[in-house]
Amino acid sequence: MAANKISIVVVAGSRERLQMAAMMASVGAVSGNDVTVFLSMNALTYFLKESSETAPAEGQVGVMIAEKNVPPFKQLFEQAVELGDAKIYPCSMAMDLLEAEADDLEPYLQEPWGLTKFLSHAADAQVWSF
Amino acid sequence: MTEKTLIDARGSFCPGPLMELIAQLKSAEVGDEFEVLSSDKGSANDIPEWVEKAGHELVESREDKGVWHITVKKKR
Repeated sequence: MAANKISIVVVAGSRERLQMAAMMASVGAVSGNDVTVFLSMNALTYFLKESSETAPAEGQVGVMIAEKNVPPFKQLFEQAVELGDAKIYPCSMAMDLLEAEADDLEPYLQEPWGLTKFLSHAADAQVWSF
Repeated sequence: MTEKTLIDARGSFCPGPLMELIAQLKSAEVGDEFEVLSSDKGSANDIPEWVEKAGHELVESREDKGVWHITVKKKR
C-alpha cells in the first residue's frame, strides 16, 4: 500500500467532529498511511484518564451516534494506534492550560508536542482539521 | 472446505466492522479466512475496498436479507 503522511488536528469538543476525526485516523492508519493526530483545545479534555465527560452533539446525527451502535471515538483513536501504528500527540499548550501531566492522559498518547514540532512534521503531509 | 472464522458485526456502524476484521487479521495466519457479517451498507462497500488496498483476497461478498456476508482471506 502506498503510504501517505496524514496529519489530523482536532480542536473541537463536539461529538460529530471527534467521531469524524477518529474515523479518519483509524481507517487512515489501518490502510497503511503514516497518521499523526494532534489534540488541542477542547478535544484534549476527553483524553484525560479521569475524564468521564460526554462530548455534546452539534445536531441530529450527533444525537443518533449516541443512540446507535457506533464505535466510540476514543475506541477508534486507540485502534488507530494499536492496529495502524498511528501516533497521537497532545498539544503542550493545552496541557499547560489544563495543568495536566503526561501521566494524566490515556496511555496510548505520545509525549506532548508543541506547534513548531507539529508544523514541521505536517509540512509534507495531508492536513485535516476538525 | 476451509474453516472460516465468523465475525458478527451486525448492528455496528462504519468503521466498526472493518476494525473488527483488521483486529482479527492482525493475529491470524496467512491463508486464514474470515466471514464478516454486517448490516451496515457503508461497511459492505468499504471492507472490499480496504481488502484490495491491503493486498488480501476478497473471496465473496453477498447480501442476504439486509446482511452482508464478506469473506476475506489473509494473503500476507
